[in-house]
Amino acid sequence: MAPTAILGISAYYHDSAAALVVDGRIVAAAQEERFSRRKHDDSFPRQAVHHVLAETCLTLDDITAVAYYEKPFIKFERLTETFHAVAPRGLSAFLAAMPHWLKGKLFMRRMLQRELAAFGKQLPPILFPEHHLSHAASAFYPSPFGDAAILTIDGVGEWACTTISKGEGNSITLLKEQSFPHSLGLLYSAFTHYCGFRVNSGEYKLMGLAPYGQRGERLAGLKELILSELVDLREDGSFALNMNYFNFAAGLTMTKDSAWERLFAMPRRQAESTLGQEHMDLALAAQEVTGEIVLRLARTAKKLTGSDNLTLAGGVALNCVANAGIAREGIFRNIWIQPAAGDAGGALGAALAGWHIWLDKPRRPEAPDGMHGALLGPEYADRDVQRLLRRHDTPYREYGDFDELCRNVARLLSEGKVIGWFQGRMEYGPRALGNRSILADPRCPEMQRKLNLKIKFREGFRPFAPAVLMEEAGDYFDIDRPSPYMLLVAPVKESRRNPVTIEPAGTDIMKRLNRCRSDIPSVTHMDYSARLQTVDGDTNPRFRKLLQSFRELTGCAVLVNTSFNVRGEPIVCTPEDAWRCFMATEMDYLVMGNFIIHRQEQDISGQTIRRTAFAAD
Amino acid sequence: MDFLHDIWGFLRTRKKFWLLPMLITLLLFGLLLFFTSGTAVAPFIYTLF
Repeated sequence: MAPTAILGISAYYHDSAAALVVDGRIVAAAQEERFSRRKHDDSFPRQAVHHVLAETCLTLDDITAVAYYEKPFIKFERLTETFHAVAPRGLSAFLAAMPHWLKGKLFMRRMLQRELAAFGKQLPPILFPEHHLSHAASAFYPSPFGDAAILTIDGVGEWACTTISKGEGNSITLLKEQSFPHSLGLLYSAFTHYCGFRVNSGEYKLMGLAPYGQRGERLAGLKELILSELVDLREDGSFALNMNYFNFAAGLTMTKDSAWERLFAMPRRQAESTLGQEHMDLALAAQEVTGEIVLRLARTAKKLTGSDNLTLAGGVALNCVANAGIAREGIFRNIWIQPAAGDAGGALGAALAGWHIWLDKPRRPEAPDGMHGALLGPEYADRDVQRLLRRHDTPYREYGDFDELCRNVARLLSEGKVIGWFQGRMEYGPRALGNRSILADPRCPEMQRKLNLKIKFREGFRPFAPAVLMEEAGDYFDIDRPSPYMLLVAPVKESRRNPVTIEPAGTDIMKRLNRCRSDIPSVTHMDYSARLQTVDGDTNPRFRKLLQSFRELTGCAVLVNTSFNVRGEPIVCTPEDAWRCFMATEMDYLVMGNFIIHRQEQDISGQTIRRTAFAAD
Repeated sequence: MDFLHDIWGFLRTRKKFWLLPMLITLLLFGLLLFFTSGTAVAPFIYTLF
């Protein structure tokens, strides 16, 4: 019998992606940026569609339906009603937006059909589930729960910015919704913008900056200002933004800068300028208010659904500090978070909604979940790697025995070497989970600085995440549940911490950073937290093998795991991307499949590999 | 035709018929710009709007 396949697509806003669900199973998913090498690529995901179809040897003729992740007409309705409400303000935004709509987005079905025609002769029907239904579907359907509360929080979809639903069997029932412009995602983006980072990209930097904030009167004052002037927060987590301070509804920026400058008595930070204590305190205040709102929403979700399980998606679900707050409060017994929680994950959610809602197919929850470790992207064989290395005349060593390779890599890591680690299928979602990763020894106090400045070429304050063997996570961190997708933070155990004197406000950020805070200092953030990934035996055996080898050699079951890319670059996809990134940075070794490449053995005299100029993110 | 069918379905389901005049104006304006770009009429259109 021919398989029933649903192709999910997200495109034309940011983070285009394609996902394929065949007979209810997630078989492939990838973001377009990985192929096009353009971060947050918003164009039609041609190469991602090609990948997901090739993965299953299907063509468009075999596809039952295509599901686009939102309803363009309702989005257009929101835009026109908003412009109507704020007129005559908003003219510049109106004039900027309308050409895009009149030229294409309003004719989305036609636009999609035209693009899809390249993949087959027969065009399947195109479905348009709502934006937040796509998020909710991406959260609930792959989760291991039979029933669950579903909380989706992001910038904005059509109208909805936050939804609470109940998932049961194969159905999703919407229970509560908060509409534009009162959006937690946009509030967090406004702080991102005000602190000098790029909207839709720098939010995780703001989250990483928050622990540098200092507790005390100033922080309390900032939080009070936010809650009294910017946000009218209610007990159930719903809130209203004071639109006198925000410009995103009528203009082309997030904040009304002059109003914010009056409120916080500080100018907006210019991109790449020095970070002051005031920015760190504001980042912490924004994080704590966000955490409080998410917590109240989770309590409301519990009240409305009565479920023991919570599933999360939407861009705000990537805020692992807020997620950890829900876990810590014990509102739900179990929490599952979609690893591709942002708009890229909408492609997967749309496809799953097509299967379970449009086709009304039953659902059988899988343990640990249906995401296959989020390893859903392309995979390259050893012969592909070998061909590349021969083409570049690159000396390498091939290992017939993967265990031996792991023992050797573990030894190199223990000697302080930085390793580019390229194995198996590429990750879906923003995190590298051990297949497209840069790895290092977390015990080395200098490693964070080295990785940030010499390998990743990014801001020195940015923290690094640990990957830890699942069964030993409790020896290093105060955590009582798996965190396979790096979406929870947990404190480093008290017994592993070093006492550090509290620096006075204004102490240089790098000086504070260099304090050795624990016996795994490279992954211990300023507040002793770590955004950890637990690695179990089923989802990624090769990465686990390496962690085990490192554990056997050193007694340490933790590695620094950061994404295989440099600042502004999408995570590497192909062996060629990995080799280029390796050659243009100061990584010591590159491990691809069963091959090890040593930097010092490379003849770089005649090489023209230069760091590709990626726009700063 | 698909587009007209979709847009009618949208207006009816959402009960947003008041958007229709704005949509027609925008579409006509868009078509006008599309068909007149590069023609002798273009300068007059730009002056008018």
